[in-house]
Amino acid sequence: MSPVETSVSRREQRHSLALTVGLALVGVNLLVALLTLFWTPYDPLNASGGRLEAPSLLHWLGTDRLGRDLLTQLMIGARTALLVGTGAVAIGATIGVSLGVLAAFATRIADDVMAATLDILIAFPTLLLAMLVVAASDSASLWTAILALGLAISAIVARLTRILTKRVLRQDYIVASRTSGTSWAGVVFRHVLPNIWPTLSVNFALQFGLAVIAEASLSYLGLGAPPPNASWGRLLQEAQGTVYTAPIGAIAPGIALVALVIGMNLLADGLRDIGDPTRGRSR
Amino acid sequence: MLDLQNVSFGYSREQTTLNDVSLSVRPGTSVGLVGESGSGKTTLLRLMLGLIRPTSGVIRFGEESLDTGNSAFMQRYRRAVQPVFQDPYSSLDPRQRVIDIIGEPLRSLRIPGDRTQTVAEALEAVGLPLDAMRRYPHEFSGGQRQRIAIARAIVARPQIVLADEAVSALDLSTRIRIVELFKTLSEKLTLVFVSHDLGVVAALCEEMIILERGKVVESGKTRDILAAPKHPYTQRLLASIPRMPA
Amino acid sequence: MTALLNIQGLCIRAGDKPLVSDLSFSIRPGERIGMIGESGSGKSMTAMAATGLLPVSIGVSGSIELDSQQVVGATDRVLNRLRGAAAAVVFQEPLTALDPLMKIGRQIAEPVRRRLELESGKASKDAISREVRDLIDKVALPQPERIINSYPHEVSGGQRQRVAIAMALACRPKLLIADEPTTALDVTTQAEILKLLDQLVRETGMALLFISHDLPVVAQVVERVIVLKNGVAVEEGPVKTVFGNPQHDYTKTLVEAARLFDEALGATGS
Repeated sequence: MSPVETSVSRREQRHSLALTVGLALVGVNLLVALLTLFWTPYDPLNASGGRLEAPSLLHWLGTDRLGRDLLTQLMIGARTALLVGTGAVAIGATIGVSLGVLAAFATRIADDVMAATLDILIAFPTLLLAMLVVAASDSASLWTAILALGLAISAIVARLTRILTKRVLRQDYIVASRTSGTSWAGVVFRHVLPNIWPTLSVNFALQFGLAVIAEASLSYLGLGAPPPNASWGRLLQEAQGTVYTAPIGAIAPGIALVALVIGMNLLADGLRDIGDPTRGRSR
Repeated sequence: MLDLQNVSFGYSREQTTLNDVSLSVRPGTSVGLVGESGSGKTTLLRLMLGLIRPTSGVIRFGEESLDTGNSAFMQRYRRAVQPVFQDPYSSLDPRQRVIDIIGEPLRSLRIPGDRTQTVAEALEAVGLPLDAMRRYPHEFSGGQRQRIAIARAIVARPQIVLADEAVSALDLSTRIRIVELFKTLSEKLTLVFVSHDLGVVAALCEEMIILERGKVVESGKTRDILAAPKHPYTQRLLASIPRMPA
Repeated sequence: MTALLNIQGLCIRAGDKPLVSDLSFSIRPGERIGMIGESGSGKSMTAMAATGLLPVSIGVSGSIELDSQQVVGATDRVLNRLRGAAAAVVFQEPLTALDPLMKIGRQIAEPVRRRLELESGKASKDAISREVRDLIDKVALPQPERIINSYPHEVSGGQRQRVAIAMALACRPKLLIADEPTTALDVTTQAEILKLLDQLVRETGMALLFISHDLPVVAQVVERVIVLKNGVAVEEGPVKTVFGNPQHDYTKTLVEAARLFDEALGATGS
């Protein structure tokens, strides 16, 4: 056995710090998003103060160019971001994992065709793909964006799943499972999925971040969900003109975006360890 | 009990891995399948496990012929014939608890009875403590993992256990203990032991079949072959084995 | 005669886990020593430490003198000169020990060129080519032209191991360290490689450090043997003594196990 692992304890410390920070960042966003379902400081649609007011006790982050409370919009933006991220990943995961597992079982020719198709799909930049879908549909709604992003993600997930599944299928315990009388379906649910989960979950977390940024980009370009769905991307776009006079308008949504994506990435490792009896450590 | 008659197998048309192999496994008589790399012993094992179909020839189990497509038959066959693999690190699902690993045949083959109790009996038979049930494979050593794999193989009380280089990946001191375990178990079931290590086969099996490049070159009682090997390959094989100084 | 390899109080640890504890032994020129141990015994670690091949994260303390040069804490420059000339290593897995993307001829030529350059400052293509063929012949590889132009995966495991031995010999080492060189090979191939090693070591007068877990294999090629358990040397002595009359409990278990399989095979020389 190769004892190249140095100070496992130090690595574990770093691990748990990353996890805590990630959990905190994502957790805050989640709580805020849930809160907005019941209450927001002000009405997001209508002006509640003067134009471009600086942060004050009344408006913690000030107001935007139309006099709307920035904090309120930021909070709703969290809801949008989480919705998009979770929705896109959910769609991408469902379609992607199913396709990927099927591809791993497919015969040589079918598998090659599928792999090639996936590679072509992946070659398209996610954002461009999403823009095409959104532009093609009549209603620029939040769900269109989520669907578009979900489809883009599914291609990447499918390819990853296919490779991971193939690797697992080569292991002796799969053969042992078959000789135990387990059906292929049983093998997939009992052995394949749990074993590909660690790597997949990390990928999901990363895709989540990408989806959030993609949606922000769409909104920034004006292709995103229209109000009342506030998006950090749209806030950034609106704050463009006044970035020198009222910087908070751009800084706040910017930080929020970064915080959520970083938080999710940090959480990624933690997600992998959940349900992993070896807690990420190699034998 | 298990008969292979003129079985041949090739992964492609040009390449035959097994050529006209015939052998019989009789109840209670342990058989060793000896061969080096390229001998076809792995393919032979996969055929006997019903994982692949022979390109020609017939495999009979009792009165019936091995039909991998017939699910009712395969259920009965799997209950009767179980494998133990070589690599203790890849033959156990790292994300499953030992009780689920060992209990899988009971579940998939729909064997009635108290599953926990049956698993406990299997653990006892292989010399592992009962608290192993709740633990995960990574908590065990290579030798212990192999015991878990053996427990899984015997939990459904099979008639035949097919061991594929089951001790080759183990250290010498562990190897001897697992060989002793196999010896004890072979009193209640028939052991088919595939190995390149003649010493292990000699210690475990009453009969031996020597494979070279997909063909059976010699077969018979282990004692007889060791004392007077007839085929030149067998002779070369025996002569190559490093012996302990007197 | 001063020892070729002199190890005193060697301790190897990974983090706070000791892999080898207080190991001491020496090898004189021309001597053949076997190191027996199971997995986790630290035998491979010791071999790597002897040539300074352990990664930086592994802590080595004690004294390792290779050809009168201290290896522990030595700079890479010093070590590079030692490696090859003082000691060369043959590893267990020939498939990973050879570069899969380089033709065999080129791979053997590398240490040859290095040695010629170190000795006489330059290395002509002819001289290198001649020596490569010479080495291929020495390790009894048939069809030298074919071998030279083949990639590692195109030849058999036994042939790859012969190539690895040729590469080790190319350095004209004083000490050949063989770490489980035949474990991954078939029994019949193993017998050939052992015979080859035995012959080469005798011919060149090299010292040999043969590491293995297989007792009868070790007995075939060495005179003295050291038994390692969990990084500690538990017994040492001539092969006949250690195998015939083991003192330590651990050695006894190993010898008993080996004898059990040996006896199952029946009388020798049938």
